[in-house]
This record gives sequence, C-alpha cells and structure tokens, in this order.
Amino acid sequence: MANQRPNPDELLSRIKEDEARAARGKLKIFFGASAGVGKTYAMLSTARQQAKQGVDVVVGVAETHGRKETEALLEGLQRLPLREVRHRGRLLTEFDLDGALARKPALILVDELAHSNITGSRHPKRWQDVDELLAAGIDVYSTVNVQHLETLNDVVGGITGIRVWETVPDHVFDAADEVVLVDLPPDELLQRLKEGKVYMPHQAERAIQNFFRKGNLIALRELALRRTADRVDSQMLKYRRDQAVTPVWQTRESLLACIGPGEGGDRIVRSAARIAAKLDVPWHVIHVETPALRGLSDSRRKLVVRNLKLAADTGAETASISGADVVEAIITYARSHNLSKVLVGRDHARSWRPWYRSVADRIGKQAADLDVIQVAREEARPEKERAEPTDRPLLDRLKAPWQSFAKSAAFCAAATLIALPLRGVFDLTNIAMLFLMAVVAAAVRYGFGPAVAASFLNVAAFDFFFVPPRFSFAVSDAQYLLTFSVMLGAGIFTAKLTADLKFQARSATSREQRVRALYEMSRDLSAALMPEQIAEICQRFAETVFGARIAILLAGENDRLHQPLEIPGGSPAVDMGICHWAFEHGAEAGFGTDTLPGSPLLYVPLQAPMRTRGVLALEPRHPRRLLAPEQRRLLDTFARLIAIAVERMHYVDVAQKTTVQMESERLRNSLLSAISHDLRTPLTALTGLADSLFLTQPPPAPQQAEIAASMREEALRMNALVNNLLDMARLQAGAVTLNRQWQLLEEVVGSAIKSLGGNLAKHHIAVRLPEDLPLLEFDAVLIERVLANLLDNAAKYTPAGSHISIGAAAARRDTVEVWVEDDGPGLPAGREEEIFKKFERGQKESPLPGVGLGLTICRAIMAAHGGAIRAENRPEGGARFVFTLPRGTPPSIAAAEEHPLAGDALRD
Amino acid sequence: MTDPAPTVIVIEDEPKIRRFVRMSLESEGFQVFEADSVRRGLIEAGTRKPDLAVLDLGLPDGEGVDFIRDLRAWSDIPVIVLSARTSESEKVAALDAGADDYLVKPFGTAELMARVRAQMRRHARVGKDGTNVCEFGNIRVDLARRAVQRGGEPVHLTPIEYRLLTCLLANPDSVLTHRQLLKQVWGPSHDEDSHYVRVFMGHLRKKLEEDPSQPRHILTEAGVGYRFVL
Repeated sequence: MANQRPNPDELLSRIKEDEARAARGKLKIFFGASAGVGKTYAMLSTARQQAKQGVDVVVGVAETHGRKETEALLEGLQRLPLREVRHRGRLLTEFDLDGALARKPALILVDELAHSNITGSRHPKRWQDVDELLAAGIDVYSTVNVQHLETLNDVVGGITGIRVWETVPDHVFDAADEVVLVDLPPDELLQRLKEGKVYMPHQAERAIQNFFRKGNLIALRELALRRTADRVDSQMLKYRRDQAVTPVWQTRESLLACIGPGEGGDRIVRSAARIAAKLDVPWHVIHVETPALRGLSDSRRKLVVRNLKLAADTGAETASISGADVVEAIITYARSHNLSKVLVGRDHARSWRPWYRSVADRIGKQAADLDVIQVAREEARPEKERAEPTDRPLLDRLKAPWQSFAKSAAFCAAATLIALPLRGVFDLTNIAMLFLMAVVAAAVRYGFGPAVAASFLNVAAFDFFFVPPRFSFAVSDAQYLLTFSVMLGAGIFTAKLTADLKFQARSATSREQRVRALYEMSRDLSAALMPEQIAEICQRFAETVFGARIAILLAGENDRLHQPLEIPGGSPAVDMGICHWAFEHGAEAGFGTDTLPGSPLLYVPLQAPMRTRGVLALEPRHPRRLLAPEQRRLLDTFARLIAIAVERMHYVDVAQKTTVQMESERLRNSLLSAISHDLRTPLTALTGLADSLFLTQPPPAPQQAEIAASMREEALRMNALVNNLLDMARLQAGAVTLNRQWQLLEEVVGSAIKSLGGNLAKHHIAVRLPEDLPLLEFDAVLIERVLANLLDNAAKYTPAGSHISIGAAAARRDTVEVWVEDDGPGLPAGREEEIFKKFERGQKESPLPGVGLGLTICRAIMAAHGGAIRAENRPEGGARFVFTLPRGTPPSIAAAEEHPLAGDALRD
Repeated sequence: MTDPAPTVIVIEDEPKIRRFVRMSLESEGFQVFEADSVRRGLIEAGTRKPDLAVLDLGLPDGEGVDFIRDLRAWSDIPVIVLSARTSESEKVAALDAGADDYLVKPFGTAELMARVRAQMRRHARVGKDGTNVCEFGNIRVDLARRAVQRGGEPVHLTPIEYRLLTCLLANPDSVLTHRQLLKQVWGPSHDEDSHYVRVFMGHLRKKLEEDPSQPRHILTEAGVGYRFVL
C-alpha cells in the first residue's frame, strides 16, 4: 500500500478546522448507559481536580437529585446562580446562559446535555446553550445517556420500552473533544437501584422496574460501549487520513431515503443516519407527493415536515418532490443525484392482494442498478392504514360550487335533447356514446363532484328516455346495466384523471411562479444601485412569495447595524437585540429556529461571500408556511441574493473612490514633474551661463570672475534646495516607488562620497565596512542620498580636519546597521529626535546653508525601506547617525560562477 | 598639418542652455552645430557628419531614446545625454539604447568638457591600431596574454572577473549599465540578475583598487551602472 499524497484541499480544510477549533472551547462529555451509573459524580470529581490545579471552574447546573455523595462534591466549587423564570404561575429555575457568558470562566459544568429549556429561553435545547458557550471559548463538561442520542433513541426505546423525548443530535456528540465512558456493571447498578440511589424523573414506578431488568441493562451497556468505540474508530480514521497512511476512498456510495406519510418516517430517517454515518457518505431524504396524497390531513402533513426537518438537522439534504408515480420519482431523483442506495420503509403485507408489488420490489425491478434497503416497521403486527379522523372524507372531495353541478346537469340535458331526435337514426349504442361525451366534458370542466353527478344523471336520462321500456326506470335488457356501469366508470376515471392533472399542473405552476419571481427579483437586484431600491424590490418579492412584510438592516463600515431601511408600505418593528445576535453569530434567529423561537419575526443574516452585510427580518402572515424545507431553501436563496447585491453596491463604491484616488495621484505626479522640469531648466541655464562668463573673450577681470563664481554657487545652492523640496513633496505623498535591488553597501558608500566631491575635501573620511557584510536590498539612488545627506551634514557641522567614518554591522539577525559618525562637537543634548523634524536645524539661524529638510528626507526614505534612522551622541564625543535596513534573504550567486559565454578562452 | 576641427552637434530645445554649451565647446576648439528637435537633430547628424552628439532627453517632439536608436543604426559616434535628476530609468534606457555617457542637469562647463574630452579620446584611440596592453593607475593589463599586474605583482582573476574587466576596458570613460554588462558577460538570459554584476564588480574593486570603498577607476553610478575611468 503505497503512501499516497493527501488531497491538498482536504488538508487545507483540516487546517482551517484546526484553527477554528483552537479558538473554541473544549467539550468533554461523560457518557453513560443509563441513569444512575454515576456520570454527574464523575464529572464533579474531574472538575474538582481541575479546580485544585488552579483552573477557574464554575458549576453552571448540576442535578444531584438529593444524593449525598454527589452534593458533597459540590462543596468548594463556585456555583453560578440559576435563572428564575415564572412559567404558568410557578417559579422555575433554569441554567443562566447570559450569566455564564458574562462570567466567562475557563471551565463550566453543565449537566444533562439533552435537557429542554423552559419556553422563553434563548434556545429551546440545552445543547444549543452549550454550543454558544463553546463558541465563546469556554470549556464545558456535560453528561449524556445513550438513549438521548438522536439516532439511538428509537433503538433504546425498543429495548427498554421507555422512550425519552429529550434528544441530543449525534453531531454534537461526535464533535465533542473528549468522551469519557462512565461504565458500571449491571449487577452493581441493580444494587444501587435497591439502595434508592438511582433517580429517573418523569417515569412511573412500574416503568422503572421494566427498565432495570438485567437483560436491558446488558444491552444498553453494549450499546454505549459500541457507540464510544465507533467514535474512537472514526477518530482513528481521521488520524490515518491526516497522516495519509491509507489511500482515501475515491468512490462514494451515497444514500437516498424515502419517507411517506405513515408513522415510520422517523425510524427510516434514523436508520438512514446510522448507515450513512457508518459508510461516511452524504445522504438525501425525499418525500414524494403524489396526487393521492393531496387529501392528507394537516397533522399528517406536519409529520412529514417534521421528519424532513429531523433529517435536515441530522445532516441530510432534503427535498419534497411531486410526481405521478412514487417509484418513478424515486428512481429519477436517485439517478440525477448519483445515489446508489435507496432506503424505503417495508410495506405492509397485503396478503389479500397477491399481485401487489411493494415499493422496494418495484424499484428493484425498474432500476436494477440501485441497491434497495427495507427498513422494518416498529410494530410486528400488520397495521391497517388507519384513516386519520381528519383525513379529507370522500364527501369533501365531492364538494364543488353549486354552479358547477348546475352546469354539468345542463350538459346532460343538452345531450338528451340532442339525442332525442336522433333516436330513430342511430343505434342505441351510438347514443350511449353521446352521453359518454357529456360525462367526459363535465369531468374535464367541472371536476370530480359534478362529474360523478353527471354520470348518474346521464345514466338516469339514458335509461329513462332511451332504454326500453321507455319513460321508466326499469331495465328490460340486463346488458344495459353494463352500459350504465361503464358510463359511470368512465366518468369517474376521467374526473379523477383530470383532477390529478389539474393538481400537478397547479403545483408545477406554483413552482414556476416561485422560480419566476426569484428570477425577476435577481434581475431587478442586479440593477439596483441604492439601498432603498433593494429594500423596495425585496418587499415586493417577500409579499408575493412568502406573504410577509420585511425589514432590512444593513451594517456600516464598522460592522454596526444601522436602523432599518425605509420601505414604502411600512415595515414591522424589529427587536434590535435579536438582530445583533443574528448578525454577530451569522445564524438565523426567531420563529422556527433554535434561538428564541418565541419571537413572531424570523431574523435571517445576510451573508455575502466576503462578510455578513446585514440582517433581514420577516413577518409572515402564515408563519407555519415558512416551516417547510422548500420555503426555507427559498428564503436562504433570497437572503443570499440580497447580501450579494449589497456587497456589489459596496464594491462599486470602493471602486469609485479608488478611481478618484488614482486620478488625483496621477495629477499630483504630473504636477510634480512639471514643476521639477520648469524649475531645473532656468537653474541649468544660470549655472551654465555663469560658467560661460569665464569663457568670454577677453576673459573677465578678477572682480567679475568672483561675481560669476558667486552666481554659480548660488545657482547650485538653489538647485539643492529645489531638489530637497521636491523630494520631500514626493516622499510625503507616498508616491515613491522603490527600485530595490540586491547590492553591496560599499558601492553606494563610494558613490555617495564621490558625489559630494569637494565638500569633503577638508575632512578625513574613513570607510570601515566588514568583509562579510551580506548583500542588502535597497534603492541605490535613495540610500546614496541618505549617505550623502549624512556626510554633508557631518562636513558642515564639524570643523575642518575632523574625522568622519562610515561603518556597518549585522547587529541582529534580521537587520543591518549602518552609521556615519564624526568627532566634532556633537549634537545639542536633548535634540536628537527633533532634528529629524521638518525645517529643524541644529542651531537656529545658522550661517550654514540648508533649509533643514535633509534629515527629514532621510527618515522618510528609511521608512519607505522598512528601516529606521536615529541620531545619538558618541560617548567619546561627536555625533553618530545610525540607520537600519532589513536583512532579508540575499539571492545566491553560486550560479553566477558557471560558464560565462563560450569563446572566452580565445578572446583577446 | 592640423586635424580638421572636430564637430559636435547639440540637440537641446532650451536656447540658453544651447548657448552656454556652444560657448564651452567652441572655447576648446570644437565646431558646433545646433538643433532643437529630434527631427532636426537627425537631419543635422546626417548632413554634418559630427564626431560627437550632445542630446537632451526632454525634447518636445519625441523621445531622446528614439534619436539614439535611429542614429545608432548607421553611426557609432559617441553620444552624451543630458538628463533631469530623478529619472534613472530614463538614463538607463538611453544608455541601453546606445548612449555612452550622461550629464545631470544642472551641470557646469568643467564637467561637460571633461566628459566630452574623454569621449573624444576614446574615439581617437579606437581609430589607431588596437593595442594589446592597457595601463591605468598601477594596473597593467596584457590582453594578449590575459595577464593582469598590480604594482608589478601578478593578480589572479577568475574568468568572469577577467571578462568584466575587458568589458570595462573596451568602453573607457563611458557608462555601462548593469544590463549591458550582464548581457556581455553572462549572456542574454540573465538580464534581471544585476546582483551578479555588483558582487563581481566588488571583487574586481577589491583586487585592483587601492581603497575599494573610495574607488578611483571603477566608479559606481547609482541606479545606472558603472563607469571606468582611466
């Protein structure tokens, strides 16, 4: 098995995961097979040890159930006071999440992870509170029983006969950083039960006796052990994948589970979750809505929605699709999403219909390439499909406005009237066709009820007016009974067919409408330029599709939410607290979510690819409608489109500002160059012409020569000033682009000395650079200027004959220091920093030329290089100016030695 | 027998600068022709057949670089460019295109004449039979035997250092850009590695100069290249 290189994308996501995890608190779960094994005790013991080591431990909530040993452990630990809530006239206590967040301990103990919070709390479940604590960086210890795990809930219920309704999603358990299995052999547990040390709330005495049978306990223990082992296994797999010890599977067999309106839907979802977790593949859950299911009662439909939500929460992709045939719809979906395993519930045995093929069989027959898994029903006995009391009764489906009945009756009358004169011409069978037509017409136009009525009416009319004996309802020839039944049957079938078609057409139309509304909204949004336009477009869309009023809050530059945008037609009042929460956490809040579900509004953060741009608040008129997964998906798309539009607006703004900035910079640069040119030309002329005075014939008199020399000098001086000013202007505007190259300091020192020429004639210059000074990266012209400035200053401010020396050293690992020092009078004490300021000079009003910009320019140049410059007085007298350059990594020159161009040996 | 007076063309659009350049040159015995634009400059160069050109880089009707390229297509007379102070790239471009030296404005007569004379000397030297021995300071280079001596003592140069030296010797008193040196010594694929040149030039300086940090012959022109002074 060769080592394969790990997938770089996976590794990157793993690194990101690790980073995110490092900022998060650590969750340690004390896991047990049942109540009474001692989880709280274990948790408190471990916490006490941590407290002894000096960790800041706080008890958030701990259920001791009056057990003395457990209560003894609580002593000495800080307890967070519980929150008191008045609920239905009673005073109840609950874990105080905000208090814990404010206190921010290093470690907090939160017992019973599966607990459901009292209504009015921020989150409905305690594990969501714990999630928030972890996100804030607080470590948490908690306890969970094996029956509280979502996917094992029904299994444990089946074993013990007690079904617990408080559950913890498996992903919370799997994502915990540490799981400690608190194990107790069943005999010991039974002993504790006898001693009255086991406490199980909300359960009858008899149920508890049933629960604590040895067989049950053994099974539960095994379940707990196995689940912990699974966790270890998956951790090991992850570890191996990180180390790339085994190749990562490339082929994935994904799972599709189908639920119907029956009772076993949640069981199917849980089985699918377990199988998908074992295979580590993505899984989908779908519900096929056939026309037959239209008549579902509200409660059944809610069950389906709830099961789909359960699936979505456990990590599946869900969809609700409509189709004529369940099997076909399932196969199409499976094929289009590349899912190779299909999970369906086992159909009831219908022994009285031997030709009945179950859904599983039909799938297998039509798609031989898909695996089909049947999930068993909970009850062993076959269950008749109980018609729910509120299923739409048959009579309901026959209902229609009375005008339709009247009109279909008119059809019958018309048919009769047409047929009567034709009695002699046509055979009775053909006249029957006419009546058939009328029935079909009524079915197509007026629906099921009128069609059935029309069928009966037609049969009656046919019998009365045409079948011998005429004008009576008796039937002489029994074969007409066949005619009657066929007509009836045809009518009913057609009615049913058209009703089904109409239903499908309606659902297709409504889907098309939704998509079109989405298209129109995105089209309008892409043209919007102002926030108010966006708000107005969104209001229109929300009204049409969700039947809701909206409020939009956008975030400003500093990530603070502004007031809601003005929307014509008004917007609902929003709770700013919830808005801020949704914005900061990037998660939905309010109605139908896990946070503050009591609020009448739904708050959705607007998350754009770069940042969260604001919050959208919806006030739906029919809140229940928003719970369907389809609607939530639509809402999600809606929010994202808005966020992208807002982000686009922001960047248009940024682009405009940048363009303006670039323009003004260009303008400034061209101005500077123009000034530069305009000033230098006359200066050149002046210098040159002053020089030319010496070349005139006859040569000038000594006095004139002197004047000419002075003129020249002054022109050069002015030139120096102009240079300084322009350089300062350019450096200040940040318009200097460095031409950094790797070079030897020695070279620049040499050229700086040369450039000063005669100015340094009266001084002794010594250059002492270390032999092994590495190559440094800098702009030669600028650093030459710095050195020239420093040397010039040294020459100006020290008496003739002084020594000026230049040195350098690789002082620290990442910088190199270069200094220019002299043995002159040194700097005035206390002014070492001030001389770098603009227009500052060593002594005020000095006779020496210069305007005081030299050192400022040096500092600006060093800053641009990422270095620094400072001045100090030498202990042995004299001034010392030091500047530093970053070292970087010089390029190697080994390659430079190899083959110069050929032919060298023979060249001259 | 007197040599005919050498001719110089001055291409500069500012009349006063032209004036003093002309005065300086004429005082040394040169014959000067003037032009104030690239076009006129090319015409004058073609018709007067000068021995040297002084070119301003900021001409109104075109880039000085274009003039140099056009001129170099049919003539190899020395070209000295006059440039503003802060445009190293301009200078480098001009030198790469074929100019030999440059002067930074404002400049004085003395500098101008020094450069002009140096260029004329080189020109004259090339006209004679190429000698195989070159001497400057206390260095003696025998090109035929590839031997270098300093103060009588032999100096060992690596092949690259020697090649660099010969480049410099071939262009005395002219400015060579890093790029030109790279191309001539290392080949055209290396024209971005200017640190090579610097490092080896440093070696050369150490071996040949009295005070490598204050060199007298191998001079650095910051941001542009090197100048070899005899």
